[in-house]
Amino acid sequence: MPKLHWEDFQPGAVAIYGPRLVTREEIVAFAAEFDPQPMHLDEAAASATMLGGLGASGWHTCCLLMRMIADGYVLDSSSMGSPGIDEVRWLKPLRPGTNIRIRATVLESRPSNSRPEMGLTKFLFEVLDEAGSCLTTMITTSMLGRRQPEPRP
Amino acid sequence: MKYFEEIQVGDTFAVGRHTFTADEIKAFAQRFDPQLFHIDETAAERSHFGALCASGWHTAVVWMRLMVDHRRGLIEAARARGEPAVGIGPALGFRELKWLKPVYVGDTIEYQSEVVETRVSNSRPGSGLMTIRSTGVNQNGEPVISLVSTTFVERRPEVT
Repeated sequence: MPKLHWEDFQPGAVAIYGPRLVTREEIVAFAAEFDPQPMHLDEAAASATMLGGLGASGWHTCCLLMRMIADGYVLDSSSMGSPGIDEVRWLKPLRPGTNIRIRATVLESRPSNSRPEMGLTKFLFEVLDEAGSCLTTMITTSMLGRRQPEPRP
Repeated sequence: MKYFEEIQVGDTFAVGRHTFTADEIKAFAQRFDPQLFHIDETAAERSHFGALCASGWHTAVVWMRLMVDHRRGLIEAARARGEPAVGIGPALGFRELKWLKPVYVGDTIEYQSEVVETRVSNSRPGSGLMTIRSTGVNQNGEPVISLVSTTFVERRPEVT
């Protein structure tokens, strides 16, 4: 049985997940597979781009965030997936050797209108570096099973 | 790749297609999204998805890969014609990413993008900002993913 349900995520709640060290090797490996642009692959080529040096693909940052929240709570929860992402902003590059943490803030919570066994939780996730600077923000809604389903009328 | 000035709202382009195998769905999910319905067929059958399906992030990053390959093809074609290779990127982020239907084992997703907005960058006068809506459609014609993203595109040197 999952430990965490929709009822356990109340608006205003904040949690921190991580840290997680992001290595040069994994930045380059992810980029080679999914986003093979010079600024994610090679220091010399990256220094000539707007990033000003090697940085992780923004998609890599999103995938690392997913993994960190999976280990942080999703795998212990009644997660039913997500209908999508409202918004992602790549504010600053994620450089090799950074220890990142995720700050998760519950923005909104509401029961599903169509499915009494489910609730919807809107989160703000922030990817932070060691100094607490925010590198990426993500606003997304999670579908979570309810501990006590709404009684059917 | 076109210069910013040559890009018009309404322009559409075929990005590419990809067939998702069970092995790659599970391998991606083991790394980034190890929820049972992405890594275990039996558990997935018991879930509300009914069968093993790809992480939504997997469906999204395959679009990114196909987009990079598509742009590279345009740049190589321009070079072959003796034209300059126009710079593109980085992106600022994305919005309205919708996972509309699950992507199951063996599904072939065809991705297409449409330009929905163009404007000159305030912070970088040599660049414009191109906003596109990208959609992935499965072999039954059903949209499975959609997102809106904004990217820097180089302007014609003589106008800046």
